[in-house]
Amino acid sequence: MTEFRMPQLGADMTAGKVIVWHKKAGDRVERGQIIADVETDKADIEVEVFTTGVIEKILVEPGQRVPVGTVLAIIREEGKPSAAVAPSEEIPAAPVPAAAPKLVVPRPAPVPVAARAGEAGRVAASPAARKLAEELGVDVATLTGTGPGGRITLEDVQRAAQTLTTAPAAAPEPDRAARMRQAIATSMARSKREIPHYYVSQTVDMSRVMAWLTEENLRRSVEERLLYGVVLLKAVALALREFPELNGFWIEGKGAPSADIHVGVAISLRGGGLVAPALHHTDRQSLGELMKSFRDLVQRARAGTLRSSEVSEPTITVTSLGDQGVEAVFGIIYPPQVALVGFGKMVKRPWVADGQIVARPLITATLSGDHRATDGHRGGLFLTALDRLLQQPEKL
Amino acid sequence: MSKEEIRSAVLRVLGQIAPEADLSQLKPGQRIREQLDIDSMDALNFVIGLHKELQVEIPEADYGKLATLNDCVEYLASLQAK
Repeated sequence: MTEFRMPQLGADMTAGKVIVWHKKAGDRVERGQIIADVETDKADIEVEVFTTGVIEKILVEPGQRVPVGTVLAIIREEGKPSAAVAPSEEIPAAPVPAAAPKLVVPRPAPVPVAARAGEAGRVAASPAARKLAEELGVDVATLTGTGPGGRITLEDVQRAAQTLTTAPAAAPEPDRAARMRQAIATSMARSKREIPHYYVSQTVDMSRVMAWLTEENLRRSVEERLLYGVVLLKAVALALREFPELNGFWIEGKGAPSADIHVGVAISLRGGGLVAPALHHTDRQSLGELMKSFRDLVQRARAGTLRSSEVSEPTITVTSLGDQGVEAVFGIIYPPQVALVGFGKMVKRPWVADGQIVARPLITATLSGDHRATDGHRGGLFLTALDRLLQQPEKL
Repeated sequence: MSKEEIRSAVLRVLGQIAPEADLSQLKPGQRIREQLDIDSMDALNFVIGLHKELQVEIPEADYGKLATLNDCVEYLASLQAK
């Protein structure tokens, strides 16, 4: 018998609301499957299950907001007999230690998007679309999705709502933007209160990367073209292999490096706020695979369909203020992570190469490090390694 | 395809990328990037969207010719003329 609990989806989450169950009592679930959508202050998250078995009982109904750690459902593991379950109300909500979210959420196997979209008995719709449909009185099961893989998008719901003859009652709009601001405020204030940051920076000559990319992209179709941002992510992941102490967490007074490298990418959301979900096993993906995962992640982050493993597992964060922004960013570490890498925009500047002054595309890479876990010397060596890797883009 | 049809196809693709934007307010002679806060991923999805809508192959070297709505219409019309 396994208790499926409200997961901690990021260090700043204290409670969540079940929006919808995708499974009911008696249904079989497999490890890695999405069984519910949960609303947090920052996003609607598709929550994956990490047990294979049969749902014995659902204890928290949609619409209920409960603290992290509350038992949501009881799952009978495969091969084990059914047992009498204690009445649900008497199962206490076990609080998850706030400092150790990464350790209490086991990593489910990733589920391909296409497989889920075609899942029988489930209408493929983003949690946001589902919610809007509920508010506007639209039955998602009657809609044809125009999103990726036939997913029902917000637009589909809005279109359907417009054709409804009865005017929908004006639903009170939950102020997501304000709650996201509050969630960011909480985790960033905690970071600055607890983490003694140090900052180091390194200017990187990007001419080799850009020349290689131009060549490489000529060979690729529009949909497979690479952005230099992906090259930077891969280089960060490979450099982390040499500096494992920067990849992981600070928990209960000591460093806990992670064996896996899951780079969290800060994605700004239209309408304000940001999320930093993980690109799983960043170091093991080819640039082409990484590009595909990255595109998919950005799209889903903005549509509000991130998965629990993506929001709870980044082992480091990379932030880039983009090509419209500034030349350098010194970020705030997302606790309990111990480092954050920042990239400014690429600029053409004079550069000395072989004793000559030449114009080169340059990027300023920065590292914010937790001084409890590492020292500036190691942080500096990490950026030097990053620079070295970016001078051989064909090897990434 | 007429320029008017190209224009509405471009706006359709932009609508998918920036669903919250009021595209009737888009100034056709000014850069789309700043007006809609487009980042590099949005820009790539824009080119992919145009590829799907209009069946055109846009080389990376020509991305600069898609800066404004008017630029997009002119450039895509010239691609079709070829």
